[in-house]
Amino acid sequence: MRIGVVTFPGSLDDRDAARAVRECGGEAIPLWHGDADLRGVDAVILPGGFSYGDYLRCGAIARFAPVMDALVPAARGGLPVLGICNGFQVLTESHLLPGALIRNDHRKFNCVDQRLVVENASTAWTSDFEAGQEITVVLKNGEGGFVADEKTLDILEGEGRVVFRYVADAEGRNPNGSYRHIAGITNERGNVVGLMPHPEHAVEEGYGPSLDGRGFFTSIIKQTLESAATA
Amino acid sequence: MSDTQTLSLDTVEHAATTPDVEQPWAELGLKADEYANIRDILGRRPTIAELAMYSVMWSEHCSYKSSKIHFSLWGENTTDEMREKLLVGIGENAGVVDIGDGWAVTFKVESHNHPSYVEPYQGAATGVGGIIRDIMSMGARPIAVMDPLRFGNLHHPDTQRVLPGVVAGVGGYGNCIGLPNIGGEVVFDDCYQGNPLVNALCVGAMRIEDIHLARASGVGNKVILFGAKTGGDGIGGVSVLASETFAAGGPTKRPAVQVGDPFAEKVLIECCLDLYKAGVVDGIQDLGGAGLSCATSELASNGDGGMQVELDLVPLRDASLQPQEILMSESQERMMAVVEPKHLEEFLAITDNWDVEATVIGEVTDGDHLVITWHGEVIVDVPPRSVAHEGPTYDRPLARPAYLDGLNAAGTATLARPGSGDEIRAQLLTLVGSPNLCDKSWITDQYDRYVMGNTALAQPDDSGVVRVDEETGRGVAVSTDCNGRFAKLDPYAGAQLALAEAYRNVATVGAAPLAVTDCLNFGSPEDPGVMWQFREAIRGIAEGCRFLGIPVTGGNVSFYNQTGDVAIHPTPVIGVLGVMEDVSRRSGSGFRSDDAHVYLLGTTRDELDGSEWAHVVHKHLGGLPPKVDLAAEQALGRVLVEAARTGVVEAAHDLSEGGLAIALAEACMRHGVGVTVDGLDGVGSDAEGNPLDAFTALFSESSARALVAVPVGHAAEFEAMLGDVPHARIGVTGGRDLEVVGHFSVSIAELKSAHEFTLPAVFGG
Repeated sequence: MRIGVVTFPGSLDDRDAARAVRECGGEAIPLWHGDADLRGVDAVILPGGFSYGDYLRCGAIARFAPVMDALVPAARGGLPVLGICNGFQVLTESHLLPGALIRNDHRKFNCVDQRLVVENASTAWTSDFEAGQEITVVLKNGEGGFVADEKTLDILEGEGRVVFRYVADAEGRNPNGSYRHIAGITNERGNVVGLMPHPEHAVEEGYGPSLDGRGFFTSIIKQTLESAATA
Repeated sequence: MSDTQTLSLDTVEHAATTPDVEQPWAELGLKADEYANIRDILGRRPTIAELAMYSVMWSEHCSYKSSKIHFSLWGENTTDEMREKLLVGIGENAGVVDIGDGWAVTFKVESHNHPSYVEPYQGAATGVGGIIRDIMSMGARPIAVMDPLRFGNLHHPDTQRVLPGVVAGVGGYGNCIGLPNIGGEVVFDDCYQGNPLVNALCVGAMRIEDIHLARASGVGNKVILFGAKTGGDGIGGVSVLASETFAAGGPTKRPAVQVGDPFAEKVLIECCLDLYKAGVVDGIQDLGGAGLSCATSELASNGDGGMQVELDLVPLRDASLQPQEILMSESQERMMAVVEPKHLEEFLAITDNWDVEATVIGEVTDGDHLVITWHGEVIVDVPPRSVAHEGPTYDRPLARPAYLDGLNAAGTATLARPGSGDEIRAQLLTLVGSPNLCDKSWITDQYDRYVMGNTALAQPDDSGVVRVDEETGRGVAVSTDCNGRFAKLDPYAGAQLALAEAYRNVATVGAAPLAVTDCLNFGSPEDPGVMWQFREAIRGIAEGCRFLGIPVTGGNVSFYNQTGDVAIHPTPVIGVLGVMEDVSRRSGSGFRSDDAHVYLLGTTRDELDGSEWAHVVHKHLGGLPPKVDLAAEQALGRVLVEAARTGVVEAAHDLSEGGLAIALAEACMRHGVGVTVDGLDGVGSDAEGNPLDAFTALFSESSARALVAVPVGHAAEFEAMLGDVPHARIGVTGGRDLEVVGHFSVSIAELKSAHEFTLPAVFGG
């Protein structure tokens, strides 16, 4: 079970994502932004951080990195891909996922232990959860507001492609102004998932708010082992 | 380059033949005798470039000329036993200590006060960036940052300008570079209105064999400048030179405050770590204050030869920069390495892999001078030690301020104290929402505390705790503290109380205190009263460290934090670092479950002078600070460390500002578990031996105390650890209220609404 973790210049949570893969029983394979080579991995994680400093628009430059030339067609062909935070931004910039992530509505970076509801437990990365389950993982970003036009939002909802929603606070607000409280979405096939919160920071006892993040990594490991067994 | 500029180039040769040229030494901040001294050292007048170098390197900030005469107190108070823990001591970019299992940890705190007042975002951001480069240049991977911050009155309009900018700058840089921000302080006091204190601490870790030092040795070794290009930012004080030498139409009005690029520094970190791993770095130095002037002169001064640099080769962001500006520029995200010729190719391959620009700009020579050329002409030819290490030393006059007797005599005994339970309850709610004690998450939630995945504890717990060794869980805890009011009342005792509190905070989470860094923020050294405060504070820290057996590994002095004649409270911020074999065993500060015994450890006295209660309720500062009892701190620390290691406590919280009342309230609010306090009677006594009333027991700020919660099943084991540490079982956890039986009860919800509303009310949700 080989899961690639891409490092762009400015990636920050790449080591953390690799650790989470190992903690959950997988093998983490480093992938370099400058190489258009996926090294035969079974799945890919685009980690959090500030790729290329994100001085332009988050993820807008990373989209053009050589590794993405290999990743985009592979993802369209069914390779499981998880984009976390900056990785989610790269996925929307690459048009592997719809919508965009904009500056938080309160204009500040925000680091909190965030409650989420799992809306779709049948993607490659969420099959170890149950639909309706509430989990707590770390959320930390400055540009985490998910936006899309009404039609796209309706399609996402209608096709069950909203994977995670923020649990709103008492005033009905979510932590960054995301439309319809959307925290994470998937593509039509359910192999590409992007979310702003950070499951890789909730996999080890004593280091993070919970162990709820493990489900992402155990889901993909189990699914890959199963598909290998049936192949 | 135009003809006029070529003609105006002030070479060494030209300087030797034109001794009578008037030079702007006064405008550059040099004194007449300092300028004469430079002429003596060189045997001629300095060139413009040399004058610029000396002026900035002999500034207070770079040369410690007013403070270093007092640094002998560090050495005199460092025993052989303390020295054994030090792998690298004071004088290098940062001190390094051995934390066991082959791991070394380096940490240091620095100030970036003045730039942060002028331009809060960039001032704070580059403060973080600068301290991170100090840590990198020791060979370490930076693993965490902390930011002790002090502002003026929360409700003053200028605080609304300074604070949001500083916080966004700290977060913007630290978040983007990917270092967890695990703690620090936020203090408000009118004395900081025109002089906010923005201190930045960084911790780094490495294997002991990977320690690197800043020195240039080995004739023929290459001097490489790598990282960002050099621009006109941060030139500041030497702008006077620009006006002297620039032809009309040249660049003007450059910002005095540097601009940070955290992405460039993140790449630089990873690049440096690859360079260290490849073993291709002989000596390394970061570029911070005084830029190339500092890096070249310090590297050469620490080495065994000379250095030759071709300044033309420095990659520039602005081609019109003059040589003296290039030497002064404080452009960020730059490093300088000394590399053996045989390693040059591999070095450049690694920097190329990270798209980091690297340029050989010179080499180590067998002479004893630092020689810098510009278009083939020698513009600097100096003994590097005279620039870097042999600047002026002042023995400034010092005198105990005359106001101190009156201040010390005006204690809190005359202030009205609340009598009834209702009054105590009301004052608790006032305090819990007061600027210094309120919830700081409006600030700290703007910092990433989780990145790197090793954070075991962060704000608002007593110390930040990070794992260093992922196999064993070995790691470090760090806390920074200082109560400037105590230091104002008595700088010696105040500095020791800051040391004691940081020591206690580290022990409270379960780490054994190991080493100290300090950031000494004071007013003008030209004021004998300030100089006396400074000397007293250093003496307090040095003697306190000696008693506790933990060495000072390095730090920083920041003078001139004053507006007109009014100085800030003396603010010696102390950072203590402790070590834990397994950081997952750390104690958090909040009550976790019902029915645990709650103990108060330590001795409570009637000590309200300088307290948060006097400050908030009566706007009063006077009297004498709480008693310093370092032996009691040590005994308490041993119990707290042992209790965490054996896992008999489920919460431990230091008592400091606001005393027992605030510690109880914070422990309740952390996880929403209440407490019933029924054992307050008999807690402590006053100077005459009379038992303290409930108010005094709750709000006194006696030192060497902590609150712990112990599950019933562990109570006997815990009590057996206590030895002669004074203790009282004061209550039991449970419920949703903080109840002091016979006096008052307040729900956690009400505490939280008072606690959490303060900062959002001022700065917006």
